Amino acid sequence: MKREITFKLNNEERKVEVDPGWTLLYVLREVLELTGTKEGCGYGECGACTVIIDGRSVNSCLYPILEAEGRAVTTIEGLRAASGELHPLQRAFVNEGAVQCGFCTAGMIMSAKALIDENEKPTEDDIKDNIAGNLCRCTGYVQIIDAIKTAAGGGRT
Amino acid sequence: MSDLTTVGKKITKRDAPLKVTGGALYIQDMKIPGMLYGGILYGQYAHAKILKLDTTRAERLPGVMAVITAADVPNDFRFGIMKDNPPLKGGRVRSTRDEIAAVAAVSAEIAAAALELIEVEYEELPGIFDPLEAMKEGAPLVHEEMKSNILKMPWKLVCGDVEAAKKESAYVVSDTFRTQWVTHCCLGTSGCIAVFDTGNNLTMYSNTQIPSLAQNDYIEALAAFGLKGRRVRIIQCTIGGGFGSKLDTYAYEYIAILLAMKTRKPVKFIFSREEEFFATSPRQCSITKISQGCDKDGRLTFREVEMVLDNGAYTSWGATTPSVMMMPISSLYKVPNIKYVAQCVYTNNTYSQAMRGYGNPQATFAIESSLDQLAEKAGLDPYELRFRNANEPGELTPQNFQITSCGMKECMAEVVKRLDWKGKKGNGNGRGVGMASLIHVGGGARVYKSDGCGTIIKMDDRGKVDVMTGATEIGQGSETVIAQIVAEVLGVNIDDINVINNDTDVCPWDVGAHASRTTFVAGNSALGAAQKIREKMLAVAAQNMGEAPASMDIKNGVVFSMQDKEKSMPLSKVLRKVHYSPGGKMFTAEHFYDPPNENFNKEFKGNLSVSYAYGVHGVEVEVDRETGQVKILNYIAAHDVGKAINPMLLEGQIYGGGLMGIGYALGETMIYEKGHLKNGNFLDYKMPTAKDVPPVQAVIVETDEQAGPFGAKGIGEPGLVPTAPAIANAIYDAVGVRIRDLPITPEKVLRALQEKAQADTGRSGA
Repeated sequence: MKREITFKLNNEERKVEVDPGWTLLYVLREVLELTGTKEGCGYGECGACTVIIDGRSVNSCLYPILEAEGRAVTTIEGLRAASGELHPLQRAFVNEGAVQCGFCTAGMIMSAKALIDENEKPTEDDIKDNIAGNLCRCTGYVQIIDAIKTAAGGGRT
Repeated sequence: MSDLTTVGKKITKRDAPLKVTGGALYIQDMKIPGMLYGGILYGQYAHAKILKLDTTRAERLPGVMAVITAADVPNDFRFGIMKDNPPLKGGRVRSTRDEIAAVAAVSAEIAAAALELIEVEYEELPGIFDPLEAMKEGAPLVHEEMKSNILKMPWKLVCGDVEAAKKESAYVVSDTFRTQWVTHCCLGTSGCIAVFDTGNNLTMYSNTQIPSLAQNDYIEALAAFGLKGRRVRIIQCTIGGGFGSKLDTYAYEYIAILLAMKTRKPVKFIFSREEEFFATSPRQCSITKISQGCDKDGRLTFREVEMVLDNGAYTSWGATTPSVMMMPISSLYKVPNIKYVAQCVYTNNTYSQAMRGYGNPQATFAIESSLDQLAEKAGLDPYELRFRNANEPGELTPQNFQITSCGMKECMAEVVKRLDWKGKKGNGNGRGVGMASLIHVGGGARVYKSDGCGTIIKMDDRGKVDVMTGATEIGQGSETVIAQIVAEVLGVNIDDINVINNDTDVCPWDVGAHASRTTFVAGNSALGAAQKIREKMLAVAAQNMGEAPASMDIKNGVVFSMQDKEKSMPLSKVLRKVHYSPGGKMFTAEHFYDPPNENFNKEFKGNLSVSYAYGVHGVEVEVDRETGQVKILNYIAAHDVGKAINPMLLEGQIYGGGLMGIGYALGETMIYEKGHLKNGNFLDYKMPTAKDVPPVQAVIVETDEQAGPFGAKGIGEPGLVPTAPAIANAIYDAVGVRIRDLPITPEKVLRALQEKAQADTGRSGA
């Protein structure tokens, strides 16, 4: 039995017919065709599917879609300004060399956004704690940590 | 080269904007109209007879379009370098990852449900899981038609006279070291989409890192499947990590082809994370016996290595890693006498593949750990022993490697300085320092008959440049580096360069993203093509402006006379003028670069690479004697890279390789029990997280390699090669225990500390 739910997605009100068994990730990728959010494991261990729900970073692969009712969901596609300008975190990831294969990137940026929205001056340990659930195999995390520091410091890179 | 405008600069990665906005399309994101979803049923036993395999119920499930088994594989087709691997196994399974049936269905959910409906009965057979046991006379055979479990791949390298050198050595050490299976952990799992057109030509959407070789593999498969002479096109999607895991073709790809043939529809496979762990091929594990000696002055006299490699049930590139292991064994430091033998042995375990470093980390772990033991025996500081024997430019190594540029001593100096080696060494206070060096191919590696890469460059009317390269982008930044090289040669803005690198219908041949060869080989290829098109453009510009071509230059997209700066014309104008004149022409150029390196001869000697990359890693650790925990306090990774074409991307390779090496050293291991993987998930497999990042410095040492593009050498793999022995050596310096098998877990450290305490008590009591 399909059900209709309503939630805010990247600042737009969306109504979607969903199967109650679906995850938020499934709806984003397969129903709404927002494929920027990635599935790296499907069980909440890699963080590639991280999105922001009501200000908190969440593994969308574990998040039941019915829970999204009435909430505000932000995905990587919702980060750029209306003008098309990159978000400071996106810019910093580009400028600091924090992207290699890119599969973890969306989730990494969303985790970082949840952090710097709450904590304007995170320490290196804050950043490491924050992205400890976001696995990256390419970068060794160093330039990712640098990028988050830069973005948190005002985004001028 | 001080007037370089693009090369040597921190240029941002060209695909980064797409990746940070979620716009890059990976195989996971691809859909083709009418596409079916595939699923694979794996055998449940490491070794068993298949008594019954009934797919009737699966076939009847609505939405299932095809179910295939070994009976549907034409002509007993097998793949892999030894052609010992059927895409679907019939009659018998030889490892827990054996594919025995596959389905294609209208959705992934129905495909998964169909697999549940396939009925299989097995008779379990005794398996063999220890390569040393499998080597013995009378051991059960993994492939019953073969006489022995030992592969017919005799790796043997002999240089000089090891026996004589042993007798003349003042100090000799011998020990055995073991390394484990580790896996690539690409964040994007494996997958493909196989599509046939009406003429039975295949298009494969793929994330291979060897497009030209995969194309060849599929062409062979199509011939076996009754489609001889058909075309194969490979389109690479954005690749979610490679690290060697995509250096060979896998069963699922052939299964996708068979299902697409049968259903006449596109068929997509995407591995789950669980499949990614158990059904892709890990780094080769190894057992290494090593002896090394030196004279009374600390000059190395010989190195003797015997190795046994667990081949698993089938054969992929893991079995050929000894060809790379030979490199550090023969040529890391100056060692006149060398003997190396390696045997690969079939077992009922998983089979291995290429992984970043390709055997080099395993060999270097043994060599560099043993070297510290030798230094202790000879009463030398380990740094001093290494420095006395360090490689230098101009050397011809025992394996006939011609060493051109070599910055090993400079790297060593950086490590010693930045780590405060002399201040920190031997304090014995639970903190210690260790170092290890590396040699790797830095100028291609002639492991196939061709080590080449092609480039085609095409100019349009507006001064924009299309560069079609064989080089694969797997996240390392080849696209950016190639664009930098072309921009530099043509004198145009890098934003005017478009790199096309993912379609075998358009891109020239390349042997693949392996052996740290892309910047060197694809870079030289791009350089050659760019020089050709530059000459053509200068010739017509000179004609138009009444100048000699030699007196012309291009900068910022403007052609000008170096004698008379007044004489200048935008490149775009020159191009249009030539195009729209009678008998007009457009500019293209192609260049195929195949480095002047050598295949090994029958004795496994020859100059494998045009140049060699060096590096030295140094580490300071703190060992907790209560828990056995090892904490990295400082990590220095100094690399001789020839020339850094893009320092930011290069540092990314060093950081990424380094942390992968730290995972190899301290935590990662695939736990197999009787052929079953016990920790195939990110919770139980300890891949490093951001919290495992130590204070780390990537140090770039430039040696200007004459054969490299703008002086560059390869850097893709070196970052993880010396990590494990550097850490093992630092642990020994800190607490006096030598860990000989990776990974160095707290349990192993604690056990070794306890054994040491008992031995020390025993000694003092005696």
